[in-house]
Amino acid sequence: MNLLLRMGVRLGVRRPWRLAAEASALLIAVVVAFPLYWMVLSAFKPAGEIESTEPRPWTLSPSLDSFRRVFEQQDFGRYFVNSLVVACSVVIVSALIAFLAATAVTRFRFRFRTTLLIMFLVAQMVPVEALTIPLFFQMRDFGLLNTLGSLVLPHIAFSLPFAIWMLRGFVKAVPEALEEAAYIDGASRARFLWQILFPLVFPGLVATSVFSFISAWNDFLFAKSFIISDTSQSTLPMALLVFYKPDEPDWGGVMAASTVMTIPVLVFFVLVQRRLVSGLGGAVKD
Amino acid sequence: MNPRTKPAWTPWLYLAPALVVLGGLLLYPIYQLGLISFFQYTQAQVSGGEPTTFEGFGNYTELFGDPQFWQVLLATVVFAAACVVSTLAVGCALAVLLTRVRAVPRLALMLAALGAWATPAVTGSTVWLLLFDPDFGPVNRMLGLGDYSWTYGRLSAFFLVLLEVVWCSFPFVMVTVYAGIQAVPAEVLEAASLDGASQWRIWRSVLAPMLRPILVVVTIQSVIWDFKVFTQIYVMTNGGGIAGQNLVLNVYAYQKAFASSQYSLGSAIGIVMLLILLAVTLVYLRLLRRQGEEL
Repeated sequence: MNLLLRMGVRLGVRRPWRLAAEASALLIAVVVAFPLYWMVLSAFKPAGEIESTEPRPWTLSPSLDSFRRVFEQQDFGRYFVNSLVVACSVVIVSALIAFLAATAVTRFRFRFRTTLLIMFLVAQMVPVEALTIPLFFQMRDFGLLNTLGSLVLPHIAFSLPFAIWMLRGFVKAVPEALEEAAYIDGASRARFLWQILFPLVFPGLVATSVFSFISAWNDFLFAKSFIISDTSQSTLPMALLVFYKPDEPDWGGVMAASTVMTIPVLVFFVLVQRRLVSGLGGAVKD
Repeated sequence: MNPRTKPAWTPWLYLAPALVVLGGLLLYPIYQLGLISFFQYTQAQVSGGEPTTFEGFGNYTELFGDPQFWQVLLATVVFAAACVVSTLAVGCALAVLLTRVRAVPRLALMLAALGAWATPAVTGSTVWLLLFDPDFGPVNRMLGLGDYSWTYGRLSAFFLVLLEVVWCSFPFVMVTVYAGIQAVPAEVLEAASLDGASQWRIWRSVLAPMLRPILVVVTIQSVIWDFKVFTQIYVMTNGGGIAGQNLVLNVYAYQKAFASSQYSLGSAIGIVMLLILLAVTLVYLRLLRRQGEEL
């Protein structure tokens, strides 16, 4: 009886609801993905079809004209490399610094530990955009204006607090006993840090680096403010907007450039997806 | 040296690089920002043509006396609030939906959301502009709006930016809340539904209280992100809209500082933003404390 009831619940009552839920989930997925689909589609459409008053959600004659224009008119390859250099330097340097700092605040008890943690939390809230003005003068004094260094340095600083905060959970998860065993076996502190702890925390570092990668890769305000005259040091967001003139935008060029700019982040995201979800869970719970 | 006896300075050695970077590139600029906001600082002072003069609260009096500042502040608060509420509503609803469906629809929705999340703000802004373009965009065709221009009116332009902001920020909320729901024991939810609780009731009386810490984090995070939206407004409304009708504080500060070289006024706006977000942070810390979280 009980079993029958449960089966009835499962088959008769729940099914239409679940099907409705699944249908709406698929529908929402389509709506959410639609802008990205339209971006890629418009990048491949021939010029006449984009600027048509009857936009169609497909194209019968895909062309690479827009991509060609992007890479020939603008030194887009170079900007791509510039963006990559900035994002990768930020990711590597901030991951190493954050790893050391996270180890310090989770593996040691010392005075001002809690104060420091609160400071890291507060630092995440600082509206970095507001600091553009003093940073502009600071970069000028360092002689870094118009160089990629003026983008790398601030982004390292701004991605650190969140990275430390998120890594804490991962470092904490490594059992204390392991540390003691390593020392009993005669490992030095440095050896434990780099040869035991570092590899164990590495998945966490990857998840954390998504955030620093994105903030550096997407950066628009600093690039716009610090790279003022030397266009060879431009990054992708600035180069993309060259095609976007508010009065008569070259939509094909903008969409091709957008596609080129979005794909690396997309690949990165899909690769680290699982670790990201567990990492977020960990960062939020601890 | 026996590594098991931890000397007192070791943690500080590990912290040193982080503290140097944060001190030099975060703390010092904040100090400078405050300093500039008390001086007369325009193009003439930057190029060294005129000496910098101390203004006291002069810049702030000028700012607070400007009706445009209050208008922009109000617009920023209302816009950020609308973004936060919409993002949280969409994110939480979809997180619950994810727990109701089988693997294939779940994967589809997850992947679509990751795509939206990964899209850089600049490209997201341009794509949404194309979607809503009065001449070539598919949305106006589908809705039969003719050549209605979304960026012309103040409210419709803000609405368009809001759609883009929600699109690219709901995935963070969805993924985080979904991860949180997964951690809730299945028996609890089953018991609630066997007792005849409706979906809404389960969310309100069972899930929401259990997910409170996570909800606090995503809410605060969203407040902070949406309060300082820059790229979307700058790109989609072309630097703040017609006659500055779509300015928010961040863009306003940028325009004051870099477009009209009034660096000290821009800095004063920055300080106002900093203080508002600091207040939000204090509320957050109090909430964390009340939950008895150990840092």
